[in-house]
Amino acid sequence: MPSAPTAAPAARFPASPSKSTFGWFLAAAFAVVLALSLREAQVDPRLLVQADAIANAGRFVRGMVPPALGAEFLGSLARPLVETIQISVMGTAIAVVIGLPLGLLATASLMWRGSLHERTASLRRAAFGVLPYGLARVFLSAFRSIPEYVWAFMFVRAVGLGPFPGVLALGIAYGGMLGKVYSEILEGVDPRPIETLHAAGASRGALVVYGLVPEALPQLVSYTLYRWECAIRASAILGFVGAGGIGQQVELSMRMFQFDEILTELGVLFVLVAAVDFVSGRIRGRLVR
Amino acid sequence: MYQLRSVSKIFGDGLRALDGVSLTVGRGEHVAFVGPSGAGKTTLFRLLNLTLRPTEGAVLLDGVDVAALDGAGLQRARRRIGTVYQQHNLVGRLRVVHNVLAGNLGRWSLATALASLVRPRDAAHAGGALEQVGIPEKLWARTDELSGGQQQRVAIARVLVQDPDVILADEPVSSVDPSLAVTIVTLLRALSHGSRKTLLMNLHSVELALGHFPRIVGVREGRIVFDLAPDKVTAELLAELYAGNRDDERQLEGMRHAIGPYGGACRPLPGFTE
Amino acid sequence: MNGARAAGVGRGSTWAWWTVGGFAALVAWSAHGARVDVVALLGPEGLGQMAAYVGKLFPPDVSLPMVRDAALGTFETFAISFVGSLLAVVLAFPLALLASRSVLYRGILYEGQRLGGGERTARIGVYAAARGCLNALRTIPELLWALIFVFIVGLGPFPGVLALGVHTAGVLGKLFAEVIEDVAPRPIEALQSTGASRLGIIVYGILPQAAPQFLSYALYRWEVNIRAAAVMGLVGAGGLGQRIHVAISLFHEQQLLTLILAIYVIVTVVDALSAYLRARLL
Repeated sequence: MPSAPTAAPAARFPASPSKSTFGWFLAAAFAVVLALSLREAQVDPRLLVQADAIANAGRFVRGMVPPALGAEFLGSLARPLVETIQISVMGTAIAVVIGLPLGLLATASLMWRGSLHERTASLRRAAFGVLPYGLARVFLSAFRSIPEYVWAFMFVRAVGLGPFPGVLALGIAYGGMLGKVYSEILEGVDPRPIETLHAAGASRGALVVYGLVPEALPQLVSYTLYRWECAIRASAILGFVGAGGIGQQVELSMRMFQFDEILTELGVLFVLVAAVDFVSGRIRGRLVR
Repeated sequence: MYQLRSVSKIFGDGLRALDGVSLTVGRGEHVAFVGPSGAGKTTLFRLLNLTLRPTEGAVLLDGVDVAALDGAGLQRARRRIGTVYQQHNLVGRLRVVHNVLAGNLGRWSLATALASLVRPRDAAHAGGALEQVGIPEKLWARTDELSGGQQQRVAIARVLVQDPDVILADEPVSSVDPSLAVTIVTLLRALSHGSRKTLLMNLHSVELALGHFPRIVGVREGRIVFDLAPDKVTAELLAELYAGNRDDERQLEGMRHAIGPYGGACRPLPGFTE
Repeated sequence: MNGARAAGVGRGSTWAWWTVGGFAALVAWSAHGARVDVVALLGPEGLGQMAAYVGKLFPPDVSLPMVRDAALGTFETFAISFVGSLLAVVLAFPLALLASRSVLYRGILYEGQRLGGGERTARIGVYAAARGCLNALRTIPELLWALIFVFIVGLGPFPGVLALGVHTAGVLGKLFAEVIEDVAPRPIEALQSTGASRLGIIVYGILPQAAPQFLSYALYRWEVNIRAAAVMGLVGAGGLGQRIHVAISLFHEQQLLTLILAIYVIVTVVDALSAYLRARLL
């Protein structure tokens, strides 16, 4: 059993934890930003409970039910539904075409860093390694940061209306995202099999094809499928701004205040998203094994 | 304290983890459970600490059938039973002080519990418990920064704060450095003896069990095969108990040649052989 | 090549070839349906049109009133994304708890006692309702939510905040619920053995384990939301989006470029902040 304590209680164990200055700073910064943002965004919860807000909400909900289920209307949704799928697939395909090469170029361990390049002269490394790497990173960043609909608007100016500008917009914006994540996946690959191949004299191209891609393939495909799921939703949004698909239907219905149509369109979108989630989830599950 | 009457536990997949177990443990008794892995010792303990319900038979705690307990009554009963697990007792991201004070959760209101997370209520009590287990300086450390042995001691400190009537220890030293194992077993025995608590311990090491406990229960394939004082436990009984388990048999061989994992045979604490 | 392929995809490479073939067919069909005309795009006329358009964008309008307007739009967009993401976390929290089976009716917290048939059914009902609610919130795109809220409370950035908050709550709620369900069960069992109430176990055992992942998802989602906030303006919800809509409608291409640059800046800033916080706090 413990011997009788001789020291005063406070000396036996520390009285309080060491303070963390970063924690306090963060909390203060958070409070300030929150206060400013609430004002800037004109947040006023009272607006939600005012009479006309509730009346509008009521009109909206009542207008939705019952959902428009006429045969003619449902038939008119078939083409937009198909279009949404096509836009999402094509957009993702273009995104892969753009994202994969840029992603490869943006992989530091492939281009200039690490064991593959230890014996390369620094000038050569800079010209053929760092420079393309930097450029690829900048492009990917620009593609990712500009929202799809801005790209869509610009492409509409360039190639006219219809689903094509939406596809291109998706392709570029998602290409940026895919490229970045591809490069992260490729960086995270186990380097040892690559180094073995390199030591055996393989060229960089062969390294990529025989070493890097097969190792990373499950993750690459998995993320691409996930992006496809997002693309379905993005196609719906792009449709809002005129790029076809279900989104365009929703915008039309909204403009004409046909809330019951909106409910049906949302239902269709919901089923579509669930189906794509399911298929993509299945494939990704298979990949993990 | 405890009475088990023909208790069986059958899991959803048909596994019969316990089969017709009957056992009586009096207040203040110290009992060690030995047997091969998968014998059902952990399931038995989870029945004893009211995590699981028996499929057949009855578990009585101080004469009250556990099956009748629900909601608040179950909580109150659980508060009287403190458990130390083999590992992962604690929430790694919390500071040690919170993990230790969690022993109070059975008696604190939700508001008090929440407030304590912001500013620990009664940190001195936690400090005292940590002192009893030998690591007072770790009071404010993050729990996942401690070694396995230290974390185990924090778990014991939590049980001290909880102050239950029964302490269940499920292989408390199997994941701990062997040099520390004797210390921890001795500590638990001393703490329980000092406050007249009932102590039930699952042990992988037969040597530890025989050297420290006045009553040994052998469990094999969901059944109790013997329930004796340590000097009545023969080598044959042990061989039968562990038959077919290669690692355990090796353990027994070592004991036969007086070479245990702790170097030499352990001696029981004086005054405990009845 | 075959070996490398098979090594990457594993057994069942015939299944893999089928999938690849299926996708190829899917892409071809989609290209046709989406009227993808690569020739028109990359041909002399297409390239010429694009070059002409790009030419009209440069140089960006950097006059003082324009820059000030862009800055205001940027602050507004940032504020919408910040408050919206925060609102989302606040809403997602309780929904996620209600949408986790391990909190509501299954698992280690419910082994020691039998839930009466009626109560169990009621709890399963609550779980299903919470999950359904989260799905509904998620599936409705942010833009549509923005339209709905503009309809209810009028124009301005506030409906944008609400839209982001409600939609992201659906996304985060589902992710949070998965984290809650995946929490390490042994510390939970140990806490339960002290006689703690279920709420006490949630606060001491589940939340501390889940918090880092919650924060990570919330910060990551903020990166998505800053882009979404920029878009909200299209439907009247303020910020840069609204100004972009105006610039496009009035064919002020140079102002458009300024605004696009502003978007690029704020998105990069938020991305960097999010990455920094995630590295520092987790």
